Amino acid sequence: MAKIQINGKKVALKQNFSILEVLKKYKLSRKKVAIELNGKIIPQNKYEKKKLKNNDKIEIVQFIGGG
Amino acid sequence: MKRDIFKIDKKILKSRLIVGTGKYKNLIETAKAIKSSGADMVTVAVRRVNISDKKKPLLMDYVNPKKIIYLPNTAGCFNSSDALRTLRLAREIGGWKMVKLEILGDKKTLYPDMIETLKTTKVLVKEGFKVLVYCTDDPLHAKKLEDIGASAIMPLAAPIGSGLGIHNKLNISLIIKQSKVPVIIDAGIGTASDATIAMEMGCDGVLINSAIALAKKPIQMAEAFKYAVISGRKSFLSGRMKKSNFARATSPEKDLIS
Repeated sequence: MAKIQINGKKVALKQNFSILEVLKKYKLSRKKVAIELNGKIIPQNKYEKKKLKNNDKIEIVQFIGGG
Repeated sequence: MKRDIFKIDKKILKSRLIVGTGKYKNLIETAKAIKSSGADMVTVAVRRVNISDKKKPLLMDYVNPKKIIYLPNTAGCFNSSDALRTLRLAREIGGWKMVKLEILGDKKTLYPDMIETLKTTKVLVKEGFKVLVYCTDDPLHAKKLEDIGASAIMPLAAPIGSGLGIHNKLNISLIIKQSKVPVIIDAGIGTASDATIAMEMGCDGVLINSAIALAKKPIQMAEAFKYAVISGRKSFLSGRMKKSNFARATSPEKDLIS
């Protein structure tokens, strides 16, 4: 298992989980979010290839109502 | 008559009313209010996805970004690095380059921090963003923003969410006179007539959120703003009559019966 942080929450995932698999796990559409891995933005076309490892920090953001 | 076109950078907008998407009761009301406002551009905020609630409704499912232009903002950012991070992420979601920059300096007044704002605008312009900048109503800062490449100047009418209307008409009119990029009043408008006044003064557009979302009937108020903005614009283009301190009879004074 890999212990990672998603949006500030501690989560345990299988080894070699990709970002795309994270999106699937949380039922998120890749077209509606943006992702930062350890402070760096990950382009959408890298979601499959990018594997997560222990202590990684991910931020998944979306658009919400605002002024 | 020449067509009255509203253009920000190279983007042509049908409506001079831009609306926010915050503070509504729910996303259905948000979508209905946008429709009734006639706006084709809406501001949106960037926030963390709630990973513990997979069924939480998404703004994008109610307001189609293919039909309505999303203008991502940096609301809640108090420094340059947070604002840059937010807008770079926003661009990644959908490739939007047109963004609204707002960097606040103080939690109580939500007044813009112009030092951070100027610095950040420079970076964003360099990175290819088209930046609509929330700013103070100070003509000097407005001019500086234009000089460093802001796509629109968005001075406040009054503090964010205050609904107080335009507080410094002189400054706003100075900004309008000197600006070659659109001037859009952002923040502080309280009711439809405030928007008309802004447009009659010669503003290119207005951005409204609280005044619509916090009205008793937001969907109806959105429509009121639609007409208020059209009315103010037409009035501005028509050129008002001269003021006089004395009465001037409307009916002819010749050929009276007695």
